[in-house]
Amino acid sequence: MAEKTIQIEIKRQSSPDAAATWEKFELPWKPGMNVISAMMEIASNPVNAAGNETTPVAYDSNCLEEICGSCAMVINGKARMACSALIDKLEQPIRVQPLTKFPVVRDLAVDRSVLFENLKAVKAWVPVDGTYALGAGPRIFPQQQEVAYPLSNCISCTICMEVCPQFNDATGFVGAATIAQVKLFNAHPSGKVLKEERLRALAGDGGVQECGFAQNCVQACPKQLPLTEAISDVTRDVILQQVKDFLTV
Amino acid sequence: MAAPKIIVVGGGLAGLASVIKIAEAGGTVDLFSIVPVKRSHSVCAQGGINAAKDLKGEGDTTWKHFDDTIYGGDFLANQTPVKAMCEAAPGIIDLLDRMGVPFNRTAEGLLDFRRFGGTLYQRTAFAGATTGQQLLYALDEQVRRYEAEGKVKKYEGWEFLSAVLDSNGVSRGICAMNLRSMELKTFASDAVIICTGGNGAIFGKSTNSVVCTGSAQSALYQQGAFYANGEFIQVHPTCIPGEDKLRLMSESARGEGGRVWVPRTAGDKRVAKSIPEADRWYFLEEWYPKYGNLVPRDVATRAIHKVVYEHGLGIDGQPMVYLDLTHIDKATLNRKLEGILEIYEKFVGDDPREVPMKIFPGMHYTMGGLWVDYNQMTNIPGIFAAGEAEYQYHGANRLGANSLMSCIYGGFQAGPNALAYAKSLTAAPGDGGAAHELARQHEINERLMKSSGTENPFKIWRELGEEMTKNVTVIRYNNRIAETDNKIVDLLGRFKNINLSDKSQWANTSFAFTRQLYNMLQISRVVAQGAALRDESRGAHYKPDFPERNDEKFLKTTKATFAPDADEPRFEFEAVDTSLITPRPRKY
Repeated sequence: MAEKTIQIEIKRQSSPDAAATWEKFELPWKPGMNVISAMMEIASNPVNAAGNETTPVAYDSNCLEEICGSCAMVINGKARMACSALIDKLEQPIRVQPLTKFPVVRDLAVDRSVLFENLKAVKAWVPVDGTYALGAGPRIFPQQQEVAYPLSNCISCTICMEVCPQFNDATGFVGAATIAQVKLFNAHPSGKVLKEERLRALAGDGGVQECGFAQNCVQACPKQLPLTEAISDVTRDVILQQVKDFLTV
Repeated sequence: MAAPKIIVVGGGLAGLASVIKIAEAGGTVDLFSIVPVKRSHSVCAQGGINAAKDLKGEGDTTWKHFDDTIYGGDFLANQTPVKAMCEAAPGIIDLLDRMGVPFNRTAEGLLDFRRFGGTLYQRTAFAGATTGQQLLYALDEQVRRYEAEGKVKKYEGWEFLSAVLDSNGVSRGICAMNLRSMELKTFASDAVIICTGGNGAIFGKSTNSVVCTGSAQSALYQQGAFYANGEFIQVHPTCIPGEDKLRLMSESARGEGGRVWVPRTAGDKRVAKSIPEADRWYFLEEWYPKYGNLVPRDVATRAIHKVVYEHGLGIDGQPMVYLDLTHIDKATLNRKLEGILEIYEKFVGDDPREVPMKIFPGMHYTMGGLWVDYNQMTNIPGIFAAGEAEYQYHGANRLGANSLMSCIYGGFQAGPNALAYAKSLTAAPGDGGAAHELARQHEINERLMKSSGTENPFKIWRELGEEMTKNVTVIRYNNRIAETDNKIVDLLGRFKNINLSDKSQWANTSFAFTRQLYNMLQISRVVAQGAALRDESRGAHYKPDFPERNDEKFLKTTKATFAPDADEPRFEFEAVDTSLITPRPRKY
């Protein structure tokens, strides 16, 4: 009996300017395989389904535990993390392509640095006075922690941005991940000292107003962040801030 | 005089902690990382971070934390720096709290603590089951703030290749490769801090992230840095076996009451939950009544090995045992362990709230690393190291939840010390060795690119990993270690006949991997030979032929140096600082 195999097709692109092509692979099946282990298999035997030698696939990955946020890609039409995409749960041929809203670096690797720039723009940090001994932090009750913790679980995978119809060059929308971080830091007892600056950064073009309430983000988020709730809360605060700023001018 | 320029290599907890201290003190930093720093391996740490804050009325003290750490490490760690770390730990927790880490809380709004392995106190602060992720993000956010202020420049997507050394052997910067353009470049600095983590990849599959190859440490070792205690590798008792990696099941699962057991009868076919108590063997609780399921990791790992391989009681005859949480109520599990339970659910497909998890030991942590002095400086002047990349806080075995503390504390030491060193540094002779180093690295790259052999680098890596895991992890025999060392020499020979299936000059990941592979092979020999030389059993290092600890001969730090002509390591031993606690037998 022939060995069991898997069929996988990968969209490949040798450089940012090169044309993309689909390449098919037939790989030996093993129990418990995920899309990453399929890539590893190709790397150790870089031959495509036609029997031609090819190059190992370039892709971003690191922890393989869905916590570093590296390996987001589009698998069978769905933006998701490749490490938790189990082969046995996917329809074959499995079609794998890079995220579509970010510049391709090579093959499945894309440049998602825009998110980190956005986090800079909204000052997503607690501005501590210093790292020297200043005693205990503020008291935070479990109920507050239980609101903060899920927001702090964002792994910066950018899947919420990928699936958002409003995230594109025309709107310049910052996307759900950044807005959720604004909610997180604005709720922190000392983080909220920058609340007004953060809200102003999200007013106007590219800010919260761009959200079209498609709710794709909250469904696609691999860490189940309460993204739509965060967007509503922050939108309300942005509007209040705009009114306040208008009245104090 | 211009502000001193420091290069930090690696953007995990240790690297970011160094960066923050330097930027705060007015230095400027170039931060190099293979991955965007927010994606560093520190995110994988789950269970928590230790500090004796004694918020549970148990009478815990920093001295007890110190004593547990030294005892847990089987007295191999130098005591002075470990004591200093344990004393600084409560203040570091406060700082992290002020930075906004969403630690779990008590009803009064104070920090909550739980118990971890190797201690009888509730000393571990935690943020759900994603503590490492939360700590890394807090430091990442502070570094982003300094980046916005222009005090830090990030070089993400650049890989450290080597140190630039002047004619006196003093560090003057680094040589790095851009992982997109494949450009080689040297960067000048007054001091360098290496925070590049552990070397799990030399064991093939481990709980480590893909970037944890040990390549940077190995490159420095080949340039003359001492590599210390390489033979001390922590095998974590509870991992989820996988095709691509081993996924950690945090010690916090046992900290919250998880129990390890196997059916008493080999080949028991009943589903786990239907097996009555009387037919279950809770072997850790039986063998170690005082600590039970929370014995240190090396002890738990050997016990699981024994039950599986000597008693033949692995589940279904497979190398696996049960880790059972099903007796704990779901609300508690969700509140305290949700992150790790999701990992199991997602990657295995079973719900651990309903079904006992199947786990087995796997390579997890590198206790050894670059040798450093009490100022975190290696023997190469101007090169410092912090975090898992160096050797000094965990001795022969690391206690759970001590790694996050050692990373941050080590970074907090290395940063200011590097800055102080840089301020007293005299000007480099000539170009500081930059042109020479750049030429050397160009030559290595060209040779690799031209190589037209038949060996696939990923296959060589797989063979290395299988060999190292088989013979240089839980149970070690000298003849098998010797076989492994021979095999590595063989693999190094085959490396000369490498076939790069990708010769392009853009984002060539297999090229970068192949460079790492060479360094992995070299450092693997340090690990294997160090294990061969140490004829005793201590902490994670266990030899059935030498089952006892031998303080007379081996209460010593192993120091490896690279002999370029022989292309292999040389070893010497250094006395351990036992100035504060007299070594005593380690019996849990």
